[in-house]
Amino acid sequence: MIRVVLPAHLKTLIQHHHEVTLDVAGRASQSALLDELERRYPVLRGTIRDPLTRRRRPFIRFFACEEDLSHEDVDQPLPEAVVNGEEPFFIVGAMAGG
Amino acid sequence: MAGVRVLVGTRKGAFILTADGTRTSWDVKGPFFAGWEMYHLKGSPVDPQRIYASQTSGWFGQVIQRSDDGGETWAPVGNGFTYDGVPGTHQWYDGTPHPWEFARVWHLEPSLDDPDTVLAGVEDAALFRSSDGGATWSELSGLRGHGSGPFWQPGAGGMCLHTIIVSPRDPRRIFVAISAAGAFRSDDAGVTWRPINRGLRSQGIPDEDAEVGHCVHRIALHPSNPDVLYMQKHWDVMRSNDAGDSWFEVSGNLPSDFGFVIDVHAHEPETVYVLPITSDSVHYPPEGKLRVYRSRSGGNDWEPLTKGLPQSHCYVDVLRDAMAVDSLDECGVYFGTTGGQVYASRDGGDSWEAIVRDLPAVLSVEVQTLA
Repeated sequence: MIRVVLPAHLKTLIQHHHEVTLDVAGRASQSALLDELERRYPVLRGTIRDPLTRRRRPFIRFFACEEDLSHEDVDQPLPEAVVNGEEPFFIVGAMAGG
Repeated sequence: MAGVRVLVGTRKGAFILTADGTRTSWDVKGPFFAGWEMYHLKGSPVDPQRIYASQTSGWFGQVIQRSDDGGETWAPVGNGFTYDGVPGTHQWYDGTPHPWEFARVWHLEPSLDDPDTVLAGVEDAALFRSSDGGATWSELSGLRGHGSGPFWQPGAGGMCLHTIIVSPRDPRRIFVAISAAGAFRSDDAGVTWRPINRGLRSQGIPDEDAEVGHCVHRIALHPSNPDVLYMQKHWDVMRSNDAGDSWFEVSGNLPSDFGFVIDVHAHEPETVYVLPITSDSVHYPPEGKLRVYRSRSGGNDWEPLTKGLPQSHCYVDVLRDAMAVDSLDECGVYFGTTGGQVYASRDGGDSWEAIVRDLPAVLSVEVQTLA
């Protein structure tokens, strides 16, 4: 069971204000996690990654285990602590603006 | 009793103001979608309870929201805006080719006869249509594909398709306007398009009367005479008597012919409203006086309307989608400012009052006249 923490605006969009828990079949990667998240909540399609290129939107970051995973290969396995639910996978709106 | 519902899109959420037919007391609801940029909200002329809204964010992209109960509740619908085929390129600010990239929906135009059909004008400039209440969207790609698309350039606010008007006489006739490409018309429900910019002159482009490249800010018409178009261009207020085939200037005695909004009185086809802004580099009213100008002769002769509007130290802007009229017996006129006020006139512009203040910067104002 993977725990996902969404930014406040996306929590509002899916009308779920707590962590999201996901069962990701097979080898859990960023891609697989996001596929499952978007399957569960179709309204999130396009809000985290481009719907066509499936690339992360520029002002979105992925953090876990005190590491920035934003630039990792999206098909690489997620950290074991995320996969087993010890640590959440954070989807974060990047700090920007003045 | 008849009433009015004002839909206000702002930089940080949407607000809905309602009043009965006297328009003396206003109920303000919101913010809806707090924290998101709400570029535009517009109700269906067929079913006023059906409202579409463009919710957008630099972080999270585009969401389209729909209400079926007059804005009480909302549900996200489709946000799949995919350009038809290979998107190609337009010109970037420096004149180099730049790939077409979807950024946001600027304007939603519900159909005149079907509540499930709605047009969307987007950045980078293109026109999309949904026939299923916003669930899915298809590009009307004849607009970008008619030939001049590779020469379009963005204006300072991005290359946006911001104006959509469906002719009430013939729904196959559609007008759109793009910054900074110009005005375009389709006579076959959006399949084929042609530029309608003859008579426009823009000093900010190399060939000042070029076929495309003009920064049109807004177009308006009166339903009783849809061949007469009024345009607020970057500079110049323009008029066409032949559905855009040719244009002539009607700026007349305006203190500045730069501005964004333009609209037409609900019952007087030759009564037009603009709100002059100082210049393209000074985006506030001339002399710090917030003045709507009204022409009762279809342009050229303009009178300032100031009663109830601040006449000193006013440095707000009024953006292109932020003026609208109602169609009660005595026409109401409304506009919103980047300072967060929405002003309304119950008497065709003779006097004004702020019906709400201190909102986030207003991006759009639409009005529904309710039976």
